[in-house]
Amino acid sequence: MNSVILQLASKYVRALLLIFALIVLFRGHNHPGGGFIGGMLAGLSVAYRGFAYRQEEVRKNIRIQPEYYIASGFFLILLSMIPSIFMMHDLMTGEWLKLNTFFGVIKLGTPLVFDVGVFLAVIGVTILFMFSLNRQNLWK
Amino acid sequence: MPTILLTYFILGLISFFFPGWLKKQKALVFALWQLVVFAYLMIQRPLILQGDFISFTSNWLPQLGINFGFILDGLSWIFALIVSGIGVLVFLYAHVYMQAYEQKERFYFHLLLFSGAMLGLVLSGNLIQLFIFWELTSVLSFLLISFFHQKEEARKAAFQSFYLTAFGGLSLLAGIILLGTIVDSYEVSVWIQQASEIKSSQLYLPGLILILGGVITKSAQFPFHFWLPGAMQAPAPVSSYLHSATMVKAGVFILVRLNPALGGTMEWTYIIPVVGVFTMLVGSYLAITQTDIKAILAYTTISALGILVLLTGIDTTLSMKAALVFLFVHAFYKATLFMVAGFIDKKTGTRDIRELGGLIKYLPVTFVISALALLSMAGLPPMLGFLGKELIYEAKVQSPGIANMMLILGVTSNIFMVAVSLFFLYRVFLGKVNTVPKKLNKNGMLFLIGPAILVLLSLVFGLFPKVLGPALEPALEVIRVEGYKVKLKLWHGFSDVFFLSLFTVVMGTALAFLLVKRRNVLLMWRRFNQKVFGISFSDLFYNTIERFIDLSKSNTRIVQHGYHRYYILTIILFAASFLWYQAYVTRDWVLSTGFSLQPFYITGLVLIIALSALQSAVAKSRLTTIIAMGVAGYGLSLIYLYYSAIDLAITQIVVETLTLVMFILILQRLPIFANLSSRLTKIRDLGIALLFGSVMTLFALKAINVDFQYPISDYYLENSALKAYGENVVNVILVDFRALDTLGEVTVIGIAALGVYVLLRKKMTKQ
Repeated sequence: MNSVILQLASKYVRALLLIFALIVLFRGHNHPGGGFIGGMLAGLSVAYRGFAYRQEEVRKNIRIQPEYYIASGFFLILLSMIPSIFMMHDLMTGEWLKLNTFFGVIKLGTPLVFDVGVFLAVIGVTILFMFSLNRQNLWK
Repeated sequence: MPTILLTYFILGLISFFFPGWLKKQKALVFALWQLVVFAYLMIQRPLILQGDFISFTSNWLPQLGINFGFILDGLSWIFALIVSGIGVLVFLYAHVYMQAYEQKERFYFHLLLFSGAMLGLVLSGNLIQLFIFWELTSVLSFLLISFFHQKEEARKAAFQSFYLTAFGGLSLLAGIILLGTIVDSYEVSVWIQQASEIKSSQLYLPGLILILGGVITKSAQFPFHFWLPGAMQAPAPVSSYLHSATMVKAGVFILVRLNPALGGTMEWTYIIPVVGVFTMLVGSYLAITQTDIKAILAYTTISALGILVLLTGIDTTLSMKAALVFLFVHAFYKATLFMVAGFIDKKTGTRDIRELGGLIKYLPVTFVISALALLSMAGLPPMLGFLGKELIYEAKVQSPGIANMMLILGVTSNIFMVAVSLFFLYRVFLGKVNTVPKKLNKNGMLFLIGPAILVLLSLVFGLFPKVLGPALEPALEVIRVEGYKVKLKLWHGFSDVFFLSLFTVVMGTALAFLLVKRRNVLLMWRRFNQKVFGISFSDLFYNTIERFIDLSKSNTRIVQHGYHRYYILTIILFAASFLWYQAYVTRDWVLSTGFSLQPFYITGLVLIIALSALQSAVAKSRLTTIIAMGVAGYGLSLIYLYYSAIDLAITQIVVETLTLVMFILILQRLPIFANLSSRLTKIRDLGIALLFGSVMTLFALKAINVDFQYPISDYYLENSALKAYGENVVNVILVDFRALDTLGEVTVIGIAALGVYVLLRKKMTKQ
């Protein structure tokens, strides 16, 4: 497909989708949302770009290859387990850090890291699926 | 002790990740480390000699009663001394021997890890832990044998030794677990305390046989002896360290270690000596007709291992003493001879005994060293070997039960041993010159440091056996529980044993003389052996393995046919049949009581979903099918929404969208839709679909009525905000309460993505 409208739209829609995905990711703890849904949305945004342009170009221009998304996702997930080892709790217990700031109490916890890990892994998987299926030379 | 072992592995890891580190001096540094360990063990000497022991335990898997523990008592002390002491010399030797090879860093890495694993094995206080180190030594032995992996024989030999020792390891594990269930512990000390309980159990004999399975394979006992000559494909340091001095002794070690717990029974004193005596005879007999000098040494090693197993099997205090002495004897002379063999190989470029001869002119020092070592092997004074052999004879004379038989076979085997030693010495160093050794540009003396030290030790201990005696006392105390004074002396007086020795030496010398003077005797003998013992075990072994692989291949082809549709069909059919079976078993279930009427739009939605599902099955074009499936999916998410499962609904919508997008991506590239299924297959598929659909309906109906006493959801609802600081319970469950499940799911999709990637990539490279 080579439509100017689609290409132009993809620029803005993509940005919106990404922001939306991030919001969904971070609100997930108290409201509907979370890493899985957020990751899929973010993956969709890349897929959208793939529709507007030729797949190969997208793959070439993309800064981080999907494999790295998956790998870093897993890395974060494993990272989120480490604090619980040092706190001598059961493995994967959520550990929380409460910060009293000017804006009120901010709570940072390992589940957040875990969720971001899921987010990244899902993005990687989605993009990888898209790229693999939509390669031009695959279907010749 | 854990620190020592840990240092081995840390050193190994450092050298693995930084291969450039200490490029030249790596072996020397490792040798130095072994020396430190040796020194540590020597410092503990006063403590050990008092009969004390050092132990360390920490919980590892308390749920299974498995501890992580080390024990340094008299027995493990002498084994650890051998491992670290010979380790020092082997690393020194390897430093010069391996100099020319590429990838020698890898070699040192494996060798270091091996000595760590071997040390861990002998120091283990827990049998499960011992098994782990046991397997580690097997794996490292595999890696070290296959060092020259460009050669097919080396790869084959490595595989063979690995198959056998790993198989034996599994047998050992089974034995340990079996006997462990009797006393409900895997601690050696507990086994020894409750020895009578183990011995009187019905599981004793099977357990003992399983453990022996490990011992026989690891220590190269008949009929699994054949891997050891094959393992001679390894570089000389490996042969002298793993395959003569340490690893192959692991089987003997475990026998000695478990003797207080399992020994002293009829089974022990009959099975083990028989295995040992056969191995002893076969090893020394086959050694004579070998042509490769390393193979000769390998067969004599087999024979020596047979003697060790035999002695532990006889199971008297005297025989145990003889075993411990012989352990040292053999470690000293065999490591020496292997190092010398490697040196000769380096010098002359051949290991074939027929091409060697007259080396005394060129290598006088080597000659002296090997002559002394061979004297020890033949059991002649003044070497430690003489002492060892006297003790062995004494033990055999006094062995209960089958002493006569044992003695005859033992003397025969020793006659062969003497003959081999003398023959070896004559053919390699005396006689006429066949191959002139090259000048090595490096100082050849470095090669001989290790052998020289070992031979000197052998000589000193032989002349002053009082030095060695006390060191063995604590070990014997560990084995026999009660204290015992070990008095070793060179001269035993004119006893039966002395005359037996004399007879052995005379016969052996005569045999060697015969072999040297009459060429054709040896040739005939070789031919005879090839014919009679031609069924080489190793070929038999390969055929069995290949047969097995073929069998499993043809079996796999039935199950793994590669047709995706039949995989799915099988899965669904099995799931449906089992669920129906379950439904039949519990047919008195109450299904559902009272349906409540839902609003008309939900009813309508359900109807739409059902209709679109039906449409997707019968549609004539793919696009229609996909859209119809999409309708069903979105409809489902609307229902989720109505019942306020928002997270679920959002996820469903996003997944549905993604699926649609992917389908459409592929759709334009697929061939035109065609009706390929016959009427019969359609009916079959319909039947299977109905079977599965109906059972799912049944269970959905049932699920409404399942009445759990305490719904788990209550716990999550209560604790979500309190303990996990999150108000969205679904998400809290996902990332906190049941994070492990999520990790599993993410792993699955990650692997699926990689699978897709690899599959499609493969197709690309094909084009």
